Amino acid sequence: MRRAFVVAVALAVAAPAFADSLLPAAELANTALPDAKQEAKAKALMTNLRCLVCQGQSIADSDAELAGDMRALVRRRIAAGEEPQAIRDWLIARYGNWVSYDPPLEPVTWPLWAAPLLLLGAGAWIARGRFRRRRVGPN
Amino acid sequence: MKTRTIRLILWAPLVLFLVFVGLFASGLIRPSSSTIRSKLIGQPLPEFALPAGVPGKPALARSDFTAGKPRLLNVFASWCVPCIAEAPQLVQLRDAGVEIDAIAIRDRSEDIAGFLARNGDPYARIGSDKDSSVQLALGSSGVPETFVIDGKGIIRHQHIGDIRPEDVPALLSAVQSAQ
Repeated sequence: MRRAFVVAVALAVAAPAFADSLLPAAELANTALPDAKQEAKAKALMTNLRCLVCQGQSIADSDAELAGDMRALVRRRIAAGEEPQAIRDWLIARYGNWVSYDPPLEPVTWPLWAAPLLLLGAGAWIARGRFRRRRVGPN
Repeated sequence: MKTRTIRLILWAPLVLFLVFVGLFASGLIRPSSSTIRSKLIGQPLPEFALPAGVPGKPALARSDFTAGKPRLLNVFASWCVPCIAEAPQLVQLRDAGVEIDAIAIRDRSEDIAGFLARNGDPYARIGSDKDSSVQLALGSSGVPETFVIDGKGIIRHQHIGDIRPEDVPALLSAVQSAQ
């Protein structure tokens, strides 16, 4: 019983086994750029790019090695004077819109953008009906 | 409103709820596909030049892919377990006359040499991509992946994951149709 408990706890806290290389993280993966303005640009872009191997996270949040290499790529290009939008476009050309957390307005994505407005409109319409009924109603 | 319409409307929340339950259940039973295909299929291989992965074997650059013959470009790593599983299939492809080059991701030359000694060496050239930058330029999101490049340097096909024995005929025909 006790052994089963220990095994259960060990399984519960075990980290998933990522196949990782033996190389250290890329140079700019975890080091901020010396120029604070450039670093802010890079950071903003990183929180907007999806990690390719840990798909629920941005590359800014992920510890995966490929995410580190993507951060290094972003910092390297920002330091070289490239605009964040150009870097994002470069990645989208390779991985599709999927890689960005900022989906563009397209026929496929317009329901995504229209849904909040439609829901807000529907809510306003329902609320209007309710308020009016209360004002007019006898009770 | 008529009582009948109101009664029908009262069912709407339950119907909506069941629709959501269905959505969640289908998401749990069959999670959305997690393989990200490269968008560069049909486009030229990006420009790159990598240093040699192991001493005694040529390095790899884009210019190696424009010699007029289709080649396989295998993205692998010595620390990648599925890469061990696909090694016999790569040897089989090489024996069938397919020329294979490789990019080793985040690897050290002594580890690559050990991997080749253990699992066979089907590669004509190996480039070492220590910071995954060429992998990212290819639109590849993991190891192993295998690209079919035609004789003019255009990416024709991407195989994601390890090459199983049953994948070999499809890859052979992809190479043949890239002639």
